[in-house]
Amino acid sequence: MANSKTPSGKPRIGVYVCHCGTNIAGVVDVEDVANWSAEELKDIGVVLSRDNKFMCSSQGQELIESDIKEFGLNRVVVAACSPHLHEKTFRGACERAGMNPFFCEMASIREQVSWVTKDKKKATEKSKSMVAGAVNRVVYHEALEPIKVPINPTTLIVGGGIAGIQAALEIANTGHEVYLVEREPSIGGHMAQFDKTFPTLDCSACILTPRMSEVGMHPNINLLTWSEVENVDGFVGNFDVTIRKKSRCVIEEDCTGCGICVQKCPITVIDDEFGVGIGTRKAIYTPFDQAIPNYPVLDKENCTYFIKGTCRACEKFCATNAIDFEQQDEIINVTVGNIILATGYDLFDARKMPNYGYGRYPNVFTSMEFERLCNAAGPTNGEIVLRDGVTAPKSVAIVHCVGSRDKNHNNYCSAICCMQSLKFAHIVYERTGAEIHNFYIDIRTTAKNYDEFYQRVLDEGTLFVRGKVAEITDVPQNEAEEGKLIVQAEDTLAGLQRRIPVDMVILSVGLEPKGDSDEVAHQFGISCSSNGWFTEKHPKLDPVSTMTEGIFIAGCATGPKDIPASVSQGSAAAARVISYIEMGELELEPVRASVIEEICSGCKICNDLCPYNAIIFIEDKQVTEINEALCQGCGTCVAACPAGAIVGTGFSNEQILAQIEGLMMDFSVPEVV
Amino acid sequence: MTNNFEPLIIGFTCNWCSYRAADMAGTGREKYPPNIRLIRMMCSGRLDPMFVMKALSDGADGVMITGCHPGECHYLEQNYKALRRTILLKRTLGQMGVDPERVKLVWASAAEGVYLAKEIGIFVEEIREKGPLDWPSRKNPAISIVEKEEVSV
Ligand SMILES: Cc1cc2nc3c(=O)[nH]c(=O)nc-3n(C[C@H](O)[C@H](O)[C@H](O)COP(=O)(O)OP(=O)(O)OC[C@H]3O[C@@H](n4cnc5c(N)ncnc54)[C@H](O)[C@@H]3O)c2cc1C
Ligand code: SF4
Ligand code: SF4
Ligand code: FES
Repeated sequence: MANSKTPSGKPRIGVYVCHCGTNIAGVVDVEDVANWSAEELKDIGVVLSRDNKFMCSSQGQELIESDIKEFGLNRVVVAACSPHLHEKTFRGACERAGMNPFFCEMASIREQVSWVTKDKKKATEKSKSMVAGAVNRVVYHEALEPIKVPINPTTLIVGGGIAGIQAALEIANTGHEVYLVEREPSIGGHMAQFDKTFPTLDCSACILTPRMSEVGMHPNINLLTWSEVENVDGFVGNFDVTIRKKSRCVIEEDCTGCGICVQKCPITVIDDEFGVGIGTRKAIYTPFDQAIPNYPVLDKENCTYFIKGTCRACEKFCATNAIDFEQQDEIINVTVGNIILATGYDLFDARKMPNYGYGRYPNVFTSMEFERLCNAAGPTNGEIVLRDGVTAPKSVAIVHCVGSRDKNHNNYCSAICCMQSLKFAHIVYERTGAEIHNFYIDIRTTAKNYDEFYQRVLDEGTLFVRGKVAEITDVPQNEAEEGKLIVQAEDTLAGLQRRIPVDMVILSVGLEPKGDSDEVAHQFGISCSSNGWFTEKHPKLDPVSTMTEGIFIAGCATGPKDIPASVSQGSAAAARVISYIEMGELELEPVRASVIEEICSGCKICNDLCPYNAIIFIEDKQVTEINEALCQGCGTCVAACPAGAIVGTGFSNEQILAQIEGLMMDFSVPEVV
Repeated sequence: MTNNFEPLIIGFTCNWCSYRAADMAGTGREKYPPNIRLIRMMCSGRLDPMFVMKALSDGADGVMITGCHPGECHYLEQNYKALRRTILLKRTLGQMGVDPERVKLVWASAAEGVYLAKEIGIFVEEIREKGPLDWPSRKNPAISIVEKEEVSV
């Protein structure tokens, strides 16, 4: 072999080739691989080589342990399954025998050979070369110590919807401090806008507001509403977070929440935020009566004083002088150990489907508009009326899947719209007695008590048309359609085109990632799927973790889901955080980059490459330095340094080059000297 | 000789996506030709063009560079750096008289085992068509890899 250099201490390598029952041995001649390794890799340092039925069994692990002791092995290669499965197992065995665990290397001859190769002879050959690669590589391994990071017990939660609220309470109840940052003036999220919740039809406010006030009063929760995270630095255990608390023009310490300022404000505007354009608010306002916190926010864009320089009515009436027109944004710096992102969702903009006439026909409503309309605390006190504010509809069409399961918009299912549409059908039935038509593609009512709810709505007499709505129009074709909105759809069950005239249409618009989810993901160093939802560490086995240690995700920020699932994820993310806090410190893989000062030429080529800002240029010395705590070990800078001044532990140049050589071993190549 | 030519291909994978795709191909028993040997790195950004040179000069007939899809790199954006390096590397190879198409970049997410297996199959056939690589410097082994190796210890 071309590798002339051996590190200090002659390598004494043990090779273990696993049968994995017949999983490997059925295709690869494991005995041949073991014998060949003993013979051909002797010169590199292989002192023994064995095959074994199940290396991961306790018997297999004990074999490694006793060999290390008996034969003085200082390196171990296990040719078995993927390191993602059992690297920890075999490193553990080595460690128990007194060896540094990082002297253990695996060759994945199950996932990469026996399971994917037909030809047994070639499979055996490939296995040999993979063992040779691993043996060659392990020679260059070094003793490493896992990086231990202390965990700051304070947690940041971003987003105060039901998922964030749940997570905050879970953590705060264990006695640990939480910062809950919410962008809007109040916590509550979308759930605060609803009247009733499916499938139980409990009143949304009744179940939500007690939780909200618990958050507001909790001694361990620092609630920062009307606030946003501006910057995040650091890593698991120790994130430095900068939060901008926007000016409300109200001194929170002095405000009693009496609401006299709101009453006295002469300016009324359309409430486009919480009220989604249905209903009004004042220029100084709380988004809804049970808002937490209940201090108002002054909307400078609409305030007469900010526009014309006079008014200050609110200030005059405030008994505690809590109005402060000069109030500035406040910058708050906090240090936290873990972060949970529960930033929720946005809704599909129905204007993107002009054939449905939203924005053109007043009586086409979106689902959220309807939620506000039927809300007992909404602008009509829950009365379901047309846009004119007085006429009760005699017939209502509810269109499912608007913008969802649609190649032109979002190709995924929004998960909650079927149930939400059925909820609406029930509410319309109960309160108006109108004729109801639901237009659906498929009915998806899979969770607990959901299908029963569907049956109930069927029994109530709601009519279901299976088919995607092609168009909503106000152009009549006959007398019956006169003055109506006509919903045209292909009824795919009956195999005919239907035109159904109605007074009111509700579009069940799909759920979409927050408009700024990409920026938020980038800010916190996590990734989004191509759709824009935050990506889990593992979609099934680790759904609330992310690839970035210490950053967790919960609720609709990871994808559309209902309230029970959002709450469960809030709890799950909290449990993950609490276990980290309880552990006190965390062990991280010691894969890190560092600069050899003597070799660094100060060229700065690496300086802009690190997404974690771990690379710093030291002006005094004119050399680069890497902050080990910030480095995540991607190796990009290692590869970029033209001087070879950056070393990457665990994946060094020597290790990779040696592995390349080993992998090509059984192909007789003239040696390059 | 070229008739039963079996190309040797070195594949570089990243720990978070394409290596997991290879795991997935295994779990799904997706068959692909045994001509490829994979090397795991933490990220495609770790790819030092020297590794590719080393593989090609030491006997590989092709090199496949894989990583997470753009925008999905575990380290945020490092695969874009791998992309840029690969483009540059291919140009250099061309100038050295090596067919740049012997190096191929493939993005595969952790879920795309079937896709990765298929891409490996396609690449092996492409290289088989091209025949063995007659690495220019193998006749003139002045390549500085060994030196570089020495320096970086
Ligand atoms: C019309 C409609 C009706 C529904 N009805 C039901 C029902 O009856 N039953 C049911 O189970 N589910 C229902 N759902 C689903 C339900 O809304 C969600 O499951 C639930 O609200 C998700 O909660 P969340 O906390 O994940 O997100 P959200 O409720 O969206 O909360 C996210 C919060 O984070 C804040 N935020 C976002 N980004 C930032 C940032 N960068 N910084 C700070 N704060 C930020 C937001 O302002 C918001 O307060 C319905 C959905 C719709 C659209
Ligand atoms: S690229 Fe290498 S030589 Fe240049 S500054 Fe960075 S570490 Fe120093
Ligand atoms: S290895 Fe990656 S994360 Fe670490 S310093 Fe270099 S570029 Fe940054
Ligand atoms: S981690 Fe896969 S390309 Fe960066």
